[in-house]
Amino acid sequence: MSMDTDTALTVSGLTVELPKGTDRRHAIEEIDLHVGRREILCLVGESGSGKSVTAHSVMGLLPKDQLTAVAGSIRLEGEELRHATEDRLRDLRCTRMSMIFQEPMTALNPVMSCGRQIDEVLQTHTSLDQQARTAKILDIMEQVRLPDPRRLFSSYPHQLSGGQRQRIMIAMALVLDPVLLIADEPTTALDVTTQAQILELIKDLQERHDTGVLFITHDFGVVAEIADRVAVMQWGRIVEQGTTEQVLKRPDHPYTKMLISSVPSLVPRHRETRRAAPVVLRTEELAMTYSQGGMFQSKRSVVAAQDVNIEIRRGETLGIVGESGSGKTTVARCIARLIDPTGGRIYIDDDEIARVSVGQMRSHRRRIQIVFQDPYRSLNPRRMVGASIIEGPMNFGQPRDEALARARELMGLVQLDPDALDRYPHQFSGGQRQRLCIARALAMEPELLIADEAVSALDVSVQAQVMDLLDDIRIQLDLAMLFITHDLRVAAQVCDRLAVMSAGKVVEYGDAAEIFANPSHEYTRALFSVAPGRDWTFGEFLTD
Amino acid sequence: MSDLSDLRQETAGLVDAAASADAAARKLSVWRRLARNQSVVIGGAAMAVMLLVAIMAPFLGTMDPAEINPAWRNKVPGTELTGTAADGSQGWVYRMGTDTLGRDTYSRVIYGTRVSLIVGLSVAGLSIAIGLVVGMVSGYVRWLDGIIMRVMDGLMAIPGILLAIALVSLSSAGLDTVILAITIPEMPRVVRLVRSIVLSIREEPYVEAAISVGTRLPLLLIRHVLPNTVAPLIVMGTYIVASAILVEAILSFLGVGIPPEIPTWGNIMAEGRLLFRIFPHNILFPGLFLAVTVLAVNMLGDGLRDTLDPRLEKRM
Repeated sequence: MSMDTDTALTVSGLTVELPKGTDRRHAIEEIDLHVGRREILCLVGESGSGKSVTAHSVMGLLPKDQLTAVAGSIRLEGEELRHATEDRLRDLRCTRMSMIFQEPMTALNPVMSCGRQIDEVLQTHTSLDQQARTAKILDIMEQVRLPDPRRLFSSYPHQLSGGQRQRIMIAMALVLDPVLLIADEPTTALDVTTQAQILELIKDLQERHDTGVLFITHDFGVVAEIADRVAVMQWGRIVEQGTTEQVLKRPDHPYTKMLISSVPSLVPRHRETRRAAPVVLRTEELAMTYSQGGMFQSKRSVVAAQDVNIEIRRGETLGIVGESGSGKTTVARCIARLIDPTGGRIYIDDDEIARVSVGQMRSHRRRIQIVFQDPYRSLNPRRMVGASIIEGPMNFGQPRDEALARARELMGLVQLDPDALDRYPHQFSGGQRQRLCIARALAMEPELLIADEAVSALDVSVQAQVMDLLDDIRIQLDLAMLFITHDLRVAAQVCDRLAVMSAGKVVEYGDAAEIFANPSHEYTRALFSVAPGRDWTFGEFLTD
Repeated sequence: MSDLSDLRQETAGLVDAAASADAAARKLSVWRRLARNQSVVIGGAAMAVMLLVAIMAPFLGTMDPAEINPAWRNKVPGTELTGTAADGSQGWVYRMGTDTLGRDTYSRVIYGTRVSLIVGLSVAGLSIAIGLVVGMVSGYVRWLDGIIMRVMDGLMAIPGILLAIALVSLSSAGLDTVILAITIPEMPRVVRLVRSIVLSIREEPYVEAAISVGTRLPLLLIRHVLPNTVAPLIVMGTYIVASAILVEAILSFLGVGIPPEIPTWGNIMAEGRLLFRIFPHNILFPGLFLAVTVLAVNMLGDGLRDTLDPRLEKRM
């Protein structure tokens, strides 16, 4: 084998078998890829495509009882890893290859200070004395741009923000200068602003340390930001591989074309304005303060939302965008009266619902329906989906037969098989379940449909379909829609009007097209400037 | 570097998809999985035998367990009764010997099974029934939660046996008093379990979805929350059966439980205590029955927990 000093990792013909009785034989099949030093290879694909299995095979972290590599080779700087002993792999981890994960909170030990966790790596793999180790740790913490490294050295993970925790993970991964860094969706759990900083950091460190990076992501925006080369995975195989320019601009494989075409554009879709339609929802100075504490604890309170004034007309979609903790979901839950707002007024048509009692609220329930983020938890796993859909109408006295007939119609409307009503939720995919949730909401014939991050948990191709479905339904049924999302691309495609929230307040409010073209508030501008892949236009490639 | 959660999810997703191909097949497989679990099979079989023994007690070659035969006191196991017994039978063999009053230990132990199982099952049934209702209310009615849970904390702070002794001494001794006395200290554990399940389930989006389609609270609890408590409560129930049987034996042994004329394992042991060194059989046999029963129930419980809800271990 050639000892190419410019190659960090070469994988060829790698096949990993799944346990018997699963829906396909191989988790990954004949994977060929290589990562050069100073190069970032992005491995893109939808959930279940085998990206993580590939990464974990390289690290030797496959769960032994479930997954085994049956063929192919994994070479790190020319050294074969597939047959390496556990001891050898342990030596190599962190010294020659490192990995960072999606959720830094669970990847760090919560009862050990950050400094000591990095120190553990050094103690295991080097013979440096205490002083030299501390110096090295402070140096790497400086390099990952952590503020005040001395203080953070003795801080515990829960005292840090998500971005800082991910920096600690990166520091730990890079402290011994490995040739290969595997990053498994490292920014997926982070806000866009933090994500942009982490991406920049990884790119910068990788150049300075001559590291090869295998970067796993599902987000084409991130790919466009960071990748030198891209490999696209589908069903355990790499279907296309090439430079970023090649793959994003001139994709060859129909699957890649479909994926890239599904990426929503940041340029708002042209929509006709409907200023004349009646107002369905109006909030006045809506406020929500969470307070904790009880008999034996001191009271604490957090202001989650304040002074929220929004308005939605019939047939119109209002988007609320913002980062996590901005209060957008709180607003949605207040409007749906899943929580009781602590201040302000909510009007549906002209009925005030913020202050009505639970009993009085019940009669208003059917007018506001909500679709949640997680399609796997939104349907009762023990009940047939038909029963879930007709539950609402039957609560309001509709006879069972009538409700079932209506449910069959709705299944058609959300493009599912009407005969599937007697199946259980686990027999449906994530996208299908989200359609079922939409059908359940529509069964109530609401005036206002709230979509709380309803497309965020879905793969990009499914996301595009569900977005289209929601938009079709809004037009067909002339619904008012409140669309909560953190994703500016999604917001650009479905919203007529936009409310940008930050720290519980609406900082900018107006026509979506206007805000995207001309953001006036400082925060909005900052948010737009960090949207991954903002300089790329993801083309629409027609697929057959 | 132990975060394999993504990968696990990915593989679990694949395994799930195949495993859940058919809902009916899945329901069947619960029974099949139970049948494959050794501790369920062994524990269940032993419990079934005990249940049979309790029901069939009069037909298992027993005599009246209360019958006193002063001439045949303190006989070792295997002693043969010469002459005619009170009921006219002849050639009686005291399989487990007799006690200080000349009563047949074998008959007393077999009849004692009845009391133990009745106490175990009724305590489990009662504490689960009450605990379920209280736990649901506590988990759902927020303002009551603090009050209920502090009361439960209080109950838990009192040693169970002491509380039972106090309750028994307040009213007359008897089977129902004992059952009630054991139920009260067992209940807080059920309340806590149910409450913790309700607290996590009420946050589930499908419960919130049910609220927003206007499902009323009682229906909401029965339809969406209650089914989640079934598996954990079955498991919890078996543990309560075991501990109730033990506590009943202890109470009887201490002489504050069921009146001595009713044979229970605890009573038999209490009476055999004085002459334990010379005639160990009066402690040995009821003790053996007690140990086997409790072991069987616990094995059954462990097996059920492993098959029905592997994550439960952390909760209890």
